[in-house]
Amino acid sequence: MSSGPVSPALRHAGLNLKYASREEAEQIESDVFGFWVFLMSDAVIFALLFALFGTSLEATVGGPTLASVVKLAPAFIETALLLTSSFTFGMASIELKRTHKFTRRHRHRAVGWLLLTWALGIAFLGMEAHDFVTMAGEGAVPDRSFFLSAYTVLIGTHGLHVLTAVIWLPILLMQMYMFGLDRPLKVNLIRLSLFWHFLDIVWIAIFSIVFLQGAIR
Amino acid sequence: MITETHGIAHALLGNLTWAALPYVRAWRDPSLSEIIGAGAGSMVVLGAIALFALITWLGKWRYLWTEWFTTLDHKKLGIMYVLLAGVMLTRALIEAMLIRTQQATAINAPGLVEPGHFAQLFTTHGSIMVFFMAMPFLIGLINYVVPLQIGARDMAFPYLNSVGFWLTAAGSALMMASLTIGEFSTGGWSGYPPYTELAYSGGVGPDYWIWAVSLSSLGSMTVGINVACTIFKFRAPGMGFMRMPLFCWTSLCTAILMIFAMPPLTVVTLLLAGDRYLGMHFFTDGGGGNMMNYANMFWLFGHPEVYILILPAFGVFSEVISAFSSKELYGYTSLVLATTAIAVLSFTVWLHHFFTMGQGADVNAAFGIATMTIGIPTGVKIYDWIFTMFRGEVRFTPPMLFSIAFMMTFVIGGFTGIILATPPLDYMVHDTLFLVAHFHNMLIPGTLYGMIAGYMFWFPKAFGFRLNERWGRISFSCWAGGFFLAFFPLYVLGAAGMARRTQEVFDPAFRPWLYIALFGALVLFAGLASLFIQLYVSIRDRAENMVPIGDPWDARGLEWSVSAPPPEWNFAVIPHVGNRDAFYWRKRNHGAYVRADQYKDIELPKNLMCGPVIGVAAGLCCFGLIWHIWWIASLFAAASVLTVIARSFQRDTTRTIPAAEVEAVDRRWLAGAHASRPVPRQQEETSLNQGLAEGFEPDRAHGLA
Ligand SMILES: [Cu+2]
Repeated sequence: MSSGPVSPALRHAGLNLKYASREEAEQIESDVFGFWVFLMSDAVIFALLFALFGTSLEATVGGPTLASVVKLAPAFIETALLLTSSFTFGMASIELKRTHKFTRRHRHRAVGWLLLTWALGIAFLGMEAHDFVTMAGEGAVPDRSFFLSAYTVLIGTHGLHVLTAVIWLPILLMQMYMFGLDRPLKVNLIRLSLFWHFLDIVWIAIFSIVFLQGAIR
Repeated sequence: MITETHGIAHALLGNLTWAALPYVRAWRDPSLSEIIGAGAGSMVVLGAIALFALITWLGKWRYLWTEWFTTLDHKKLGIMYVLLAGVMLTRALIEAMLIRTQQATAINAPGLVEPGHFAQLFTTHGSIMVFFMAMPFLIGLINYVVPLQIGARDMAFPYLNSVGFWLTAAGSALMMASLTIGEFSTGGWSGYPPYTELAYSGGVGPDYWIWAVSLSSLGSMTVGINVACTIFKFRAPGMGFMRMPLFCWTSLCTAILMIFAMPPLTVVTLLLAGDRYLGMHFFTDGGGGNMMNYANMFWLFGHPEVYILILPAFGVFSEVISAFSSKELYGYTSLVLATTAIAVLSFTVWLHHFFTMGQGADVNAAFGIATMTIGIPTGVKIYDWIFTMFRGEVRFTPPMLFSIAFMMTFVIGGFTGIILATPPLDYMVHDTLFLVAHFHNMLIPGTLYGMIAGYMFWFPKAFGFRLNERWGRISFSCWAGGFFLAFFPLYVLGAAGMARRTQEVFDPAFRPWLYIALFGALVLFAGLASLFIQLYVSIRDRAENMVPIGDPWDARGLEWSVSAPPPEWNFAVIPHVGNRDAFYWRKRNHGAYVRADQYKDIELPKNLMCGPVIGVAAGLCCFGLIWHIWWIASLFAAASVLTVIARSFQRDTTRTIPAAEVEAVDRRWLAGAHASRPVPRQQEETSLNQGLAEGFEPDRAHGLA
């Protein structure tokens, strides 16, 4: 267990982690790997909700159908917001990774990108909430039919995940000002970025399977 | 049933009324059934009060809090898991006796308990045995043993480990609370809708089930992530995958199953909650709901769950049989392949739990064949274990006896499984006691025997003294004999058409079989009682049975290479591994019990109160949800989230053990090892055994070159 510089191969993790020792590098690998495993488990939840949604399409019991509840324009804007937020988070990650010495200037840029990401996330959630309110106004409420239950839970679960990420991000920013870029913070930033991109991927599936399907029905 | 309350009382207490207390119900309606319910509730309350009083009287609160509740040490968390399993096993076994008593006394008679209570009995019995006995037991063993076996200092995520335990404990607390506040579900351990929907089960019973199971499944998911990460990332240098002890392999496969099979359970319980709380229509009769979605998703969890329960026991048996046969495991590679094959196949067979629910012959045939396929890798394992014993120096210690009984009993259960896996035959016996006999025939030997064997095998490692072997044998005889008495009659009854979950029986011909089964249940309970007596006797006589050096039975894995109990940091120096059965070869090559060249400071996680705080908050939040007390639910939901957030601000999370202290402890232990007399295996059950096993040459012993 020698300490000292670690081969570049271990510096995979997206952020430039100035390892103190091999033990620490292994610990970070495991910390990030564990989050990947969690995401896989989470992906199973979404897979099941998609399957459930698929079986619910005809179960509208005379109420609103997929074609009648889907509005492509807001969904398109939401998609744009979320994809852009993934891009801006990517820019923040690059900013954080590039810097061997994390100067004030670099921090300002990284924080700027992260704040932009956060704003986009909030805008996404706001639009989604607005969608649900509009739907409720049209009588498309979750207790109307199996289809609307499945629709609400699939999109709502994704929304709850985004909400979690939106709460998580400012907490990490606060920690950045309190502790600087220390190891726990770096690890959590890597995890949050994974989470954010994962939610993007799930959203792309939602856009294709829910909204596009609704549009062509 | 719930009486709706209104106004300020409803805001404060939700649906909670006096009628929720079993004592009040027994007072209003003093029937035997209600009195039994009130008695059970009183046992919980009095037990809790007695425990609090005892701890306060002994002045042990601070000790418990600092040494146990807030610990992040995988060993202590493992012990607490096993303790929890023991408590819940006791309750669920008492319930099993009541179930048997009811059926034996209710032949054209009302019996002891009325139908609603009987339904609660079989529901809690099943839910507890699966989620709050078997799961904590196997998680406890994995927690304790795996880091020691792979040469690690702790689990990958010690904090998550503590949170997982306290979530499971909170779920168990809800199970206990249902005895004394309100009632439990009557919908069976699988909670099938539409029966568990509001329309048919209006009370709080299904809500207790939903939230207790949700907490447990969340806890198990964290365990899966933790164990998988620990084994993937923290094996000692040289410990390649094919050098891991088999218990690590089965733990790894169990962890992977938990990662992928717990989400379906979480999804179904929460969707059922959506139906019950928000009026959704996932599984309801009306509104387009489809209960087949529930059946599919529940068993998408439920069948892998069977292997989550059984694989760790397979691992224990592999370790025990190898150690007590003084031979390396026969067919290690085939055992590994069989374990992984079982893990993969377990996701392909879920439909055999509802052959009769209308999916047609072709689908049924496909799943029937897939089910039978699992018999092949399982058979491979049985042969491997038999060949491990073949020409070995077999010692019939209690864990070994359990292993042998497992092999014989489990194979019989496998045969009846083949019967049930054949759809036309399943049509004949489904939903009868035949099925009940079958899955007990798999899970009692396949899980419980393994857990008990593991508990007896590793107990000296964890506590530094051996368990009393005589009481171990007595307990074994009760378990092994009681099993056949309690469950073989159920095969007969099931084949004769007696439906499962029957509160009253109308065919007098069933009487003798039901009597035998009841007697068997009593014998099984005697088995459990003997386990407690064994524990008591062993603690009483611990001075004579000390094994501080740590290797009482010439065993083979790294966990035996450290003192008993192991130091907090497990290994003074992380070992380098060059072989399978690492410690065994080190002993033979005179590399064991040698001083390290150099000791280093060791960093360990500090104690943390977040685990118990999150557990208590999550439990209270769920309690609020169950009783529709919204302020409690939201307050404690917020409390658990805020605890997680507050923890993320904590930076000073580790403490350092100085090298000098590590060295001093290690040297003291090594001095003990050099001063002790190695014990030959003929005397290992005597007080001569100090945990230093005499080297053993199997070849010479048999005169084989
Ligand atoms: Cu199954």
